[in-house]
Amino acid sequence: MAKFKLRVNGRDREVEVRPDMPLLWVLRDKLKLTGTKYGCGIAQCGACTVRIDGVPTRSCVLPVQAVAGAVTTIEGLAAKNGDPHPLQAAWIEHDVPQCGYCQSGQLMSAAALLESNPKPTDADIDQALAGNYCRCGTYVRIRKAVHSAAQARNAAKGA
Amino acid sequence: MSTTSGLTRREMLKVTAVAGGGVLLQATLPMAAASPPDDVLVGSQELNVYVQIDRDGQITIYSSIPEMGQGIKTTLPMIIAEEMGARWEDVQVIDAPLDEDKFGRQGAGGSTSVPRNIGTMRRVGASAREMLIGAAALLMEVDREGLQARDSQVVHISGQHRSFGQLASLAAQQPVPNPETLTYMDPSEYRIIGTSVSGVDNFVIATGLTEFGIDVDVPGMKYATYVRCPRIGGTAVRFNEREIKGLPGVTDAFILEPNDAVGESEVWFLNGVSALRGGVAIVGDDTWSVFDARSKLKVEWDESSASTDDWSAMVAWAERTAREGGGRVIAGNGGVDAALADERNRTAEAFYQFPYVAHVCMEPMNCTADYRRGTNGEPDSLEVWLGSQFPARATEIAGRLFGMQPEQVQVHPLRMGGGFGRRALHDFATEAMAISHRAGVPVKLTWTRTDDIHNDHFRVGGFENMKGAVGPDGRLAAWEQHYIGFSNGGRPVMGSGLRGNELPAVAFPNARIKLSMQEIATPCGPWRAPGSNTNAFVEQCFIHELAVLAGRDHLEFLLELMGERRWIKEGDIGALNTGRAIDVIKLAAEKAEWGRAMPKGSGLGLSFYFCHAAHVAEVAEVTVTADRRISVEKVWVAVDVGPIINMSGALSQVQGSVVDGLSTMALQQITMTQGVIQQDNFDQYPVMRIAPTPEIDVHFIESDNPSTGLGEPALPPLAPAVANAIFAATGERVRSMPLSEAGYTLV
Repeated sequence: MAKFKLRVNGRDREVEVRPDMPLLWVLRDKLKLTGTKYGCGIAQCGACTVRIDGVPTRSCVLPVQAVAGAVTTIEGLAAKNGDPHPLQAAWIEHDVPQCGYCQSGQLMSAAALLESNPKPTDADIDQALAGNYCRCGTYVRIRKAVHSAAQARNAAKGA
Repeated sequence: MSTTSGLTRREMLKVTAVAGGGVLLQATLPMAAASPPDDVLVGSQELNVYVQIDRDGQITIYSSIPEMGQGIKTTLPMIIAEEMGARWEDVQVIDAPLDEDKFGRQGAGGSTSVPRNIGTMRRVGASAREMLIGAAALLMEVDREGLQARDSQVVHISGQHRSFGQLASLAAQQPVPNPETLTYMDPSEYRIIGTSVSGVDNFVIATGLTEFGIDVDVPGMKYATYVRCPRIGGTAVRFNEREIKGLPGVTDAFILEPNDAVGESEVWFLNGVSALRGGVAIVGDDTWSVFDARSKLKVEWDESSASTDDWSAMVAWAERTAREGGGRVIAGNGGVDAALADERNRTAEAFYQFPYVAHVCMEPMNCTADYRRGTNGEPDSLEVWLGSQFPARATEIAGRLFGMQPEQVQVHPLRMGGGFGRRALHDFATEAMAISHRAGVPVKLTWTRTDDIHNDHFRVGGFENMKGAVGPDGRLAAWEQHYIGFSNGGRPVMGSGLRGNELPAVAFPNARIKLSMQEIATPCGPWRAPGSNTNAFVEQCFIHELAVLAGRDHLEFLLELMGERRWIKEGDIGALNTGRAIDVIKLAAEKAEWGRAMPKGSGLGLSFYFCHAAHVAEVAEVTVTADRRISVEKVWVAVDVGPIINMSGALSQVQGSVVDGLSTMALQQITMTQGVIQQDNFDQYPVMRIAPTPEIDVHFIESDNPSTGLGEPALPPLAPAVANAIFAATGERVRSMPLSEAGYTLV
């Protein structure tokens, strides 16, 4: 057991856990941030996707001792004032979720895409979200919603 | 229920003050009678829903049917809101607790939630509306006849109006209308039904705040993992207990003995599935500690009664059985042998194969249980939290495990991260309860993905040997379908075999259906459109084979097979209606521009299937490269499930079914060797990613048939449509799934 200082969703947190515990379980079991999901434990399905210094990362295979950077989870995706992220608004507008379990990971991957590529094509979306399974098959709507969020975001920025 | 005795012909209203100054309108329907009163729909014990209107106009509708992504939590409240005259923006939907005495059957399966509940929803909504109108008539001192409920107001022809919030208290004191005299809105006036409504939980999902079963956190809770024998049915004899208990974060570890009696059920396909399988439980401070402890675990297993099932042996047996040509005839109308032997006819024979597949719900199976021993002579109690398609089954399991009465058990249903039939079965709940009981603490049992695959109740694999003949006139002359599948205890497992009421047996001349069954120990269970999801592939591909043999256009041949427009069994929504079939087939073909010239390497494939009271036709457009990279460019779907309630939700189900069908047919196969499942995780059992997703063009025929469910029936036609399109594109016939086994790569 060892103590680790983490910055999660803009807050400093300290946990005392085994150094090899994946970030996923630190978030879920210790910090009670359960929006990040367990799906496979081998970085195949993307349900556990968080962002570390903005980079989409599979938290199920990242030991807490290797976390170097600020962690953002789905609970930290909305603006600080509580306004939904354009992606969250688009997810609702396009009625994307079915069971909803994979959507945290989808949104975190999509959020990273929009920051690096404000006007993604279908191919860009397919590439950025290639690591995220959706067993219900919401992919058609995910594409639509990402486009829609990109437009909303660009309009807001006067792009 | 005592409150309703003596009132069997009237709904009874209870008014309860609620926090915040609102009132609760509880439409309680008669339930006490042994046989339902004749003025109530059959199954009236299911008819019980709450509508609450606060003084500020907030309308709360309780959702009692488990939600797994099928959208029922949005769909059913839309019906109530519509009949009430509510504005959807004023409605919030809240999960009802599990209480089947109040709500009737709280289960979801078989695409039946809409047809089972639509009548109740309309009645509850219409009753609430009439009570609001009654209150408005009193307040405005006008006749009811001049009043109308709409947009969360009751409006008089004079123009004066009162909001539902203003009327709520008085409405709750109005007599509940006699169901016989209730009137329902004319569909032309609908403002909610038939529109696209975003799922009521989408905000909490998109913000990560949804509580799935796996997210439950109970004070004092420990985390558990449960290790079963890799060979299905083996039991644990001993394990390195001291070493495991000494690992960091591990607080307890023990063997659970198998308990078959827990699994007993009067429902045939549930019988045995909730049995406690022998294994080793590890309990600890967090999920990672117990998962990681498994790498140090050494178990001596007793495999004397374990499964010896072997996929390659099953294939060999099936091929031999097909050659030998036996089988028990379950349906036939003669003339088959003569037509097959008639030298003027052209004949074809084909052996089809489909694999076992797993459910792999994105949320692995899990359950939290808190077994509390009673003190001071009080009985023990149990609380269970789980995502389940039939949460009340947990109470039955507790009864069989611990001899508990239903009142000792409290079950909290939670949203499911996928169901697909898997969460109709509750072996993981059995394990969680048994672990909490033994450990003496509340525990959350989470299955690893490997547990989730290895311990699945699979979509059964199987085989069909097909024979057919077409006459000199190009028409179907004979059809023989030999289903080679699997049984347990002498009964075909869920999803295996045919019933003899499928399309060929009811509509084709000279058709014969035969079954051969082999006993297996591999657990099988319902998987999205059981039976249909594999049989559609065989039946609809072989129809295409015969059309090609006859030199006929597939569309023309398929329509000809449907014959006259007729309902095979008048009034039975479970029976094929060839008229509805013809309509969806024609519509899908028209939208796909069937018959157009296709470039080299591209093709269109057609299919139709009837199941779950739904008529669905699909056309797939595929492109296949020389190196067998296959791309499904577009899928056209024509669906007749009657009037659509939530257009967005219905589209979602069809889109999802197409993706699920493609993912399964292209990529997925479970195999077993000497009872050991060979696929451990998503690296060996992939799910389709976003890139290959085709464009999906969905068209609903909103016929005047009753609305039926859409969670399953759009999946079965996908695989044959794609396989037939591959033939059109390449001339190569696909008779086996998954496509990956035939060297195709889905791109």
